[in-house]
Amino acid sequence: MKLFPTIGIEMHAELKSNSKAFSTAENTYTKHSNNHVSPVDLGLPGILPVVNLEPVKKGIKMATILNCEIPEYLYYDRKNYYYPDLPKGYQITQSHAPIGINGHIEVPFNGETKEFLIHDIHLEEDSAKMEHLTSESLINYNRSGIPLLELVTEPTFHSKEEVMAFLEYIRRVYQYTDISEADIRKGQIRCDVNISLSTDENTLGTKVEIKNVNGFANVEKVIDAEIARQTKLFEDGRESEIEQETRRYDEASNTTIRMRSKADAIDYKYFIEPNIPKMKITKELINDSIKDIPKLPLERINYYKSLGLTEEDYNPIIKDRLLSDYVNEVLESKADAKLAINFITANIISFINRNEISINELRVKPSDIILVLSKMSDNSISSKQAKEVVEKLLTTDSDINSIISEYSQNSNEDELATLISNIISNSPNEVEAYKNGRTNLFNFFVGQVMKETKGKANPVLTKELIEKELSK
Amino acid sequence: MRSLILDLLNKDKEKLLKSSLAKAHENNDKCNSFVTILDDAKVNTNNGAFKGISYALKDNISTKGILSTASSNTLKNYIPPYSATSYLALEREGATLIGKTTMDEFGMGGTAKTAHTGLVRNPLDTLRTPGGSSAGSAVAVSAGVVPFAIGTDTGDSIRKPASYTGIVGYKPTYGMISRYGLMPFASSLDHVGVLSKYVYDAAYVVNYIKGKDEKDMTSFDSSNIDLLKDIDKDIKGKRLFYIKEIADINEYENPSDELVSILKEFNNKIDAIRNIGVEVEEVSIDKKLLNVLNTAYIAIATAEATSNLSNMTGIQFGEREDGENIYELMKNFRTKNFSSLIKRRFVIGSFVLQKENQERYFVNAQRVRAKIVSIMNDLFTKYDGLILPASGNVAPKLSDINDNMSKTELAINNHMVIGNFGGYPSITIPFVNYNNLPVGLNITGPKVSDANILNIAYKLEELIDYKEVR
Repeated sequence: MKLFPTIGIEMHAELKSNSKAFSTAENTYTKHSNNHVSPVDLGLPGILPVVNLEPVKKGIKMATILNCEIPEYLYYDRKNYYYPDLPKGYQITQSHAPIGINGHIEVPFNGETKEFLIHDIHLEEDSAKMEHLTSESLINYNRSGIPLLELVTEPTFHSKEEVMAFLEYIRRVYQYTDISEADIRKGQIRCDVNISLSTDENTLGTKVEIKNVNGFANVEKVIDAEIARQTKLFEDGRESEIEQETRRYDEASNTTIRMRSKADAIDYKYFIEPNIPKMKITKELINDSIKDIPKLPLERINYYKSLGLTEEDYNPIIKDRLLSDYVNEVLESKADAKLAINFITANIISFINRNEISINELRVKPSDIILVLSKMSDNSISSKQAKEVVEKLLTTDSDINSIISEYSQNSNEDELATLISNIISNSPNEVEAYKNGRTNLFNFFVGQVMKETKGKANPVLTKELIEKELSK
Repeated sequence: MRSLILDLLNKDKEKLLKSSLAKAHENNDKCNSFVTILDDAKVNTNNGAFKGISYALKDNISTKGILSTASSNTLKNYIPPYSATSYLALEREGATLIGKTTMDEFGMGGTAKTAHTGLVRNPLDTLRTPGGSSAGSAVAVSAGVVPFAIGTDTGDSIRKPASYTGIVGYKPTYGMISRYGLMPFASSLDHVGVLSKYVYDAAYVVNYIKGKDEKDMTSFDSSNIDLLKDIDKDIKGKRLFYIKEIADINEYENPSDELVSILKEFNNKIDAIRNIGVEVEEVSIDKKLLNVLNTAYIAIATAEATSNLSNMTGIQFGEREDGENIYELMKNFRTKNFSSLIKRRFVIGSFVLQKENQERYFVNAQRVRAKIVSIMNDLFTKYDGLILPASGNVAPKLSDINDNMSKTELAINNHMVIGNFGGYPSITIPFVNYNNLPVGLNITGPKVSDANILNIAYKLEELIDYKEVR
């Protein structure tokens, strides 16, 4: 039986900001529990939310990237439910006027691109974090009030591979744009996965939601496990048992487990947050929010392709925006793209990987690479020397120009010709012997030139000039 | 100037504090007006507008290090780690806090009967309610414990008790005083305000505690507004209106003698006001709309309250209850600690917010609110303010009050909610006695017209020259 899966994703990402979404407490990672907490984050009686514009601007930025419609006014809503990790008893979120709706984005997929549809993105706040011990539970309010961006796709995916390509790409976009660190190890990305199977490509099956999936590897496993579960039901002729329900993923058994049916769905009693006056989203605010959107990965991929580079060439580079910026600066110097990429991959990327540092901590700037590459192309230094120059620049604090001049070849024809003419006129015996057939004495003259120039004479040019001088 | 504050500014504050504390105890014994009396209070020596004058705060204002219960069992031992902006302003301006006053639990209900420490009595007749929810604050001012007290007002919670205890109750424009640290009832309707003996004193207090607060997004900058400068200016030529459907006795079937008498006095006062050159006109507003104001108020206020008070679970604060699981634990805490009145309101609030009901109840209530506000805003383009009796009766006997919501609520008893719907400045001043008990006169004006409304109230106070019977 051929079954067609349809998948939608809700992706929650913690936003980067100095302070929390509605309080002045710090939004940074700390290993100390309950350290970044204000009365607002504790939901103490009488507290009020104050909108931090930083997450709002990031929401507008992402809405723009996803080609979403942005509403005229900024509103927040309350989502009411009881849970010990939710100190106010409601979460401030956006339900009736999300910061972006009806979007779409093109994502690299299998060497081509594919467009996926976005239902909406909305701003909200995170709950506190609970840790369950054997006989008690601990609550850490550091996470309470951290700004989140929830991205909700349409049921737009038809395979696990599409989902993963999308998630990886969005994560990269978050990192490129500084919207989120999107660090999976820190739990900064969490997903809900909606899956339905159908025997007919054009109709949707019964939607099952799997909530709170941490990390991309688990998203993959969840999709496999849920498709397997539903497929089995279809194969057994029990597809009517597939119910619209909410499930969770159990890592230990690698299966999804039922949480509640649609009939038991919680009514969150959404209503507009009365403590936040509606705010006009002005052109100025939008412009201010999107002014620093960098070139996104897809655009960069297209650029690299246009320079004749292959996936193997650019994949290691687009992983990191700063690295890609670095490479692009070099490429814009009209350096040979292939040569430049190979040089950077061999000499720079290997170095930063080995030393676990970031590209912007590096002493070697793109201008240095441009200089070394140009010296290489005009034969001032050999490729071996170029490597050594960069190595020295990376590991010592000497200046680029002094290192290059130390290494660079002397290709000054007049200078070398005078030198060679002097050497030859000062070696009449060797010239005579050479002319009498001891051709191996040619290397004697080369050696003399190298000795005089401390090895920097351009060997090709030197040989050429010696030959010319001797044949006179 | 008719003012207690001005009289007290140069008096001995040690003596004043001592006398305030003694009176607080005496009054508390008689009327149960305080949750906390700060016997160790020291005269505030901050160099500000109040020069150490004593005052009391309603117990729903968060005071760092001082018990703040909102008269609820859920917070019976709650000592906040932070202070409300309004309290900090009073501290900064040199006012001396002597205690926290009893209120209806979380400001809900106007009976003065739901505090966790017991009901509050009216000092003018202890068998009667002082009205609520700012019951203790009204009582403390009425009984002369303090020259002013801070109250809060969501429906009429400052202005009704002021009416019942024969004092002034002023709720400024929404956002003029920060709500940060006010334990909420209904955020879109809650106001911080003041109860005092005289209009000047109410204006004085608000003048020094108002202002934009970075911690309250709904607050606004009013630094260009001086509430005192023109307060005693002549009001000749001002224009007021009253609502025919509320103030005309012919609109009522079988009115009580009390209502007849109050409306007669009201009409007499209107004539007196006209005589000093103020134009007063009668305006008609659809009775259907007036009759649903209270229902709309209940829908909006209980919906917001249900959500606002969802933090009362015993998890973050309060004395945690046991339970089979976390849901039981939270449920047990709420079941045990909230009064039955509040719990019934939570049921209403939850009901009107439910997906299937929201449009019919909550959204329609918002429409009613928008409708009356739009009518009022239109009228305010022609008039300086609305003038009406604050209620159609004197303070009821405590034994006659049940907290059932009656279907036959008269608009005259709940029209002051218009002030909360629109966020309008609204003030009640005493104007008449019936059977030796006071009834207030309410004046409500357009947003940010506080200085004008206070000016009118100040001059009417002078004209009326109310004498209380004690």
